[in-house]
Amino acid sequence: MTFINYAAREINCKIVYYGPGLCGKTTNLQYVYDQQPNATRGKLISLATETDRTLFFDFMPLELGSVRGFKTRFHLYTVPGQVFYDASRKLILKGVDGVVFVADSQEERMDANIESLYNLEEHLGSHGYDLKKLPYVLQLNKRDLPTALPVEEIVAELNKKDEPIHEAVAAKGTGVFDTLKSVAKQVLTELRKS
Amino acid sequence: MSETPIILHEKQYGEIKAVLTKLRHDAASDVAFLIDKNGQSIAVDGDVTGLDTTSLASLAAGNVAATGGMAQLIGEREFPTLAHEGENGNLYICVIGRALLVVVFNERSSLGLVKLRTKQASRELLPIIENLTAPATVAKAAADAGMFADITDEDIDSLFN
Repeated sequence: MTFINYAAREINCKIVYYGPGLCGKTTNLQYVYDQQPNATRGKLISLATETDRTLFFDFMPLELGSVRGFKTRFHLYTVPGQVFYDASRKLILKGVDGVVFVADSQEERMDANIESLYNLEEHLGSHGYDLKKLPYVLQLNKRDLPTALPVEEIVAELNKKDEPIHEAVAAKGTGVFDTLKSVAKQVLTELRKS
Repeated sequence: MSETPIILHEKQYGEIKAVLTKLRHDAASDVAFLIDKNGQSIAVDGDVTGLDTTSLASLAAGNVAATGGMAQLIGEREFPTLAHEGENGNLYICVIGRALLVVVFNERSSLGLVKLRTKQASRELLPIIENLTAPATVAKAAADAGMFADITDEDIDSLFN
């Protein structure tokens, strides 16, 4: 749910990174955070367990610049990927403007990808959203691993609506900004339409 | 989309700010701010030097969402207020419609006083908040905001250069 602040001349949008456990959602955010200049970057908040698994969410604000005199601010969130944090995942999707689904390219994680994507659609539905109408990007992460499946095979399983698809190696930053740009652009385009 | 967007104009911002200023004074608190339930900051009053209000807003919203989830598990609609007391700093959070009122206070004040003053402020803030998301407000804003319709692909691309 976009928040347009005429008083501060700001547009605020919420983007959520979704996907199965250990697919690289937090790594995406960490890379974006690391690339921001010290002077302008906000804090990266990570509510994680002692073993660095996301417990509730990661959060970072990102200011991209101005469009038509309005500052554009994106609030980037990740969800906890582990199956038993389902209630938390649902909460974080509330008010979302755009979703990035981070898929783990490894063959042995395909079932987890499919289950997580189904879970995403279910939770979006419970908030009154339809994935087919929401700004949405599919990121195929961990493309550098030898066990990564061919892109066509993953896409055949996970593609939902001819959404933009980006190959990535989030740990090295490959594809991270392309993904972010892709979803942010859709969110702003949606704002223009509305 | 399931929710109407929040549109904040100067006039409403001024009204909210006035309530927050009065609350902060009456409750002898350090900072009072209003955020939406998704963690977007709407208005702040007080000295926020050294206080990361963006992160605080996001965490307060997460906190309310999590306790709201717990409330529903025990058959409650939500827990409308939350209080966190530390050694020196304290937080009081109150749900007002689609917004949250967050008050930061220290030993100069007390939880009882903050609760009392926040309740009064909530009554004043509720109609203003409801107006922020009223269909008429949103429709007017949409009409005013022909500017968003004029956003070009080049404008969007320029953000990423």
